[in-house]
Amino acid sequence: MNTKQKGKFGRFGGQFVPEVLMPAVKELEQGYERFRNDPEFKQELDYYLQDFAGRSTPLYHARRLSEKYGIKVYLKREDLVHGGAHKLNNTLGQALLAKYMGKRRLIAETGAGQHGTATAMAGANLGIATEVYMGAKDIQRQRMNVYRMELMGTKVIPVTSGSQTLKDAINEALRDWVSNVEDTHYLIGSVVGPHPYPTIVRDFQSVIGNEVKQQIMEKEGRLPDSIIACTGGGSNAIGTFYPFISDTEVKLFAVEAGGSGMESTKKAALHSASLCVGEEGVLHGARTKILQDPYGQILESHSIAAGLDYSGVGPELTYLAETGRIKPANTSDDEALAAFHELSRMEGIIPALESSHALAYLAKAAGSGELGEIVVINLSGRGDKDLETVLEKGAL
Amino acid sequence: MRISDKFDELKIKGDGALIAYVCAGDGDTTKIVHALIRGGADIVELGLPFSDPIADGPTIQASIERALDAGMNPDRYFEMVKGLGVDVPLVVMTYYNLIFKRGLERFVKDCKDSGITGIIVPDLPPEESGELGGYCEGNGVDLIFLVAPTTTGERLEDILTRGTGFLYLVSRLGVTGARADIAGSTKEVLDRVKTDKPKAVGFGISSGAQAAEIIKSGAQGVIVGSAFVDIIASGQDVEGRLEALAREIKSSLG
Repeated sequence: MNTKQKGKFGRFGGQFVPEVLMPAVKELEQGYERFRNDPEFKQELDYYLQDFAGRSTPLYHARRLSEKYGIKVYLKREDLVHGGAHKLNNTLGQALLAKYMGKRRLIAETGAGQHGTATAMAGANLGIATEVYMGAKDIQRQRMNVYRMELMGTKVIPVTSGSQTLKDAINEALRDWVSNVEDTHYLIGSVVGPHPYPTIVRDFQSVIGNEVKQQIMEKEGRLPDSIIACTGGGSNAIGTFYPFISDTEVKLFAVEAGGSGMESTKKAALHSASLCVGEEGVLHGARTKILQDPYGQILESHSIAAGLDYSGVGPELTYLAETGRIKPANTSDDEALAAFHELSRMEGIIPALESSHALAYLAKAAGSGELGEIVVINLSGRGDKDLETVLEKGAL
Repeated sequence: MRISDKFDELKIKGDGALIAYVCAGDGDTTKIVHALIRGGADIVELGLPFSDPIADGPTIQASIERALDAGMNPDRYFEMVKGLGVDVPLVVMTYYNLIFKRGLERFVKDCKDSGITGIIVPDLPPEESGELGGYCEGNGVDLIFLVAPTTTGERLEDILTRGTGFLYLVSRLGVTGARADIAGSTKEVLDRVKTDKPKAVGFGISSGAQAAEIIKSGAQGVIVGSAFVDIIASGQDVEGRLEALAREIKSSLG
């Protein structure tokens, strides 16, 4: 009974993977248990996070934004992490763990290329051979990111099955892992997948929330009234929220991509809002909320922000939403674009389109009073990668 | 027909079982199933297509995509199976989310009502299978588990205890798909898995010669999928060639 409940968040999570992978996920479970509190491992990871990734990142008081909305707004500057997003916190942690476990090869999936790039950085830096699965459509749309990965010695493998996007890249990476479990670590980019991934990725990303807690106490002498983070798979959200879970006076808002509308067609949703409107199911190894048709076929998702464009969400976030500890919300493509421009103009910071969804929620909810007086927004990444998308929208 | 009855019958004849996999909805499934049985298939494993089949290789993925594009879904699947009118055990192979979404109890009852006597779920390890296993037991439907080359120790014991019908031995690491070399690791897995339950070997078998070797190594059956699906994909003389390949493999199992 005990082992059965391991890796579950309420009834969510679990290990729904092919039999061939079970020994691998168990080995990872044991490897993580062994090294997570190992002083040498922790010290080495801290070193990389500080000197290679550039941590800690500032908690920045956005004065002009604060004035406009009448709320004291702090931005957690994950956009300043090496590579331009929070992704490296996780890839460094997992790549180092893989090295300690004696794995000789890293594989990863990537949507727009952010997680692939962060994996390529960690792989190159730690000297581990790295291969990244990426949908053929995404490869066309994100040529610069492909080139960036290749520059760092990573092999990018095009995925031509299914919708040729992120979920198919995950499927293909799982198939690779099924065939090469003995020497390969699958470096998942979010708090999704079978146990122990949701826990491992959450722990490595919790560096964000831990820093926020210390920094806000230094600046304000108290905790914020609310924290806002964008949510696709949910790694930056849970990483920011997790150290505050027991501080129940702090409201936690998980903002999903509302896309171009909250409806679905036969094979695709116009959004990526699994927490808001998804239904319970099993995808990529975990029981969670997913976008699916009435038979349980997985719907393709949509968002202007590639990093939010996923048909599922981390099982722990689903659990926290069900218990009422976090509040799911969503903002649309257009609202995110408006927030993208607003932050660029008002603060001189070009945010990632993903993070722009969290910023958009500030604009949406500020008037209602529900955010309180002090709010922290996790600025999960910078927007340089999104300029082409924004230009295409012709919105200046 | 129950799977165990079929294996008992084959044991008396001294025959190995040919278990044929095809994905329902890819081509004319009723005609395809009848062709396979004419060729000598002892058990038919009918895939219920899922949008994200992580345990399948390119051949079967493509078959699943064709089936979904043609409109196959669980309602149509059970309707179609009801009308098959065949006298061999039928097994459904599908991914857990389709079962979960329909409701575990309803899915198992639909199996029973349509004449399906076995369920294979490649993404449901024994650790997560308790609830589905309960409904299967209550309805006389077998829950068939996969055993991988990496399955050992307590987990292997757990699978041997829970699994009914037959044990689906995966001959090597990887996804489904026809392969030239399979003999070596198969013998090792067959020797290691000690049980009274029938053992069938799958993943990579495409010819009578390979099948004969596997039966000689101690298996009670072989599972052939991608080789049949290749024929369906070609669209050329599908029924004739399915029947011929089934006959070639079946004749080597005696």
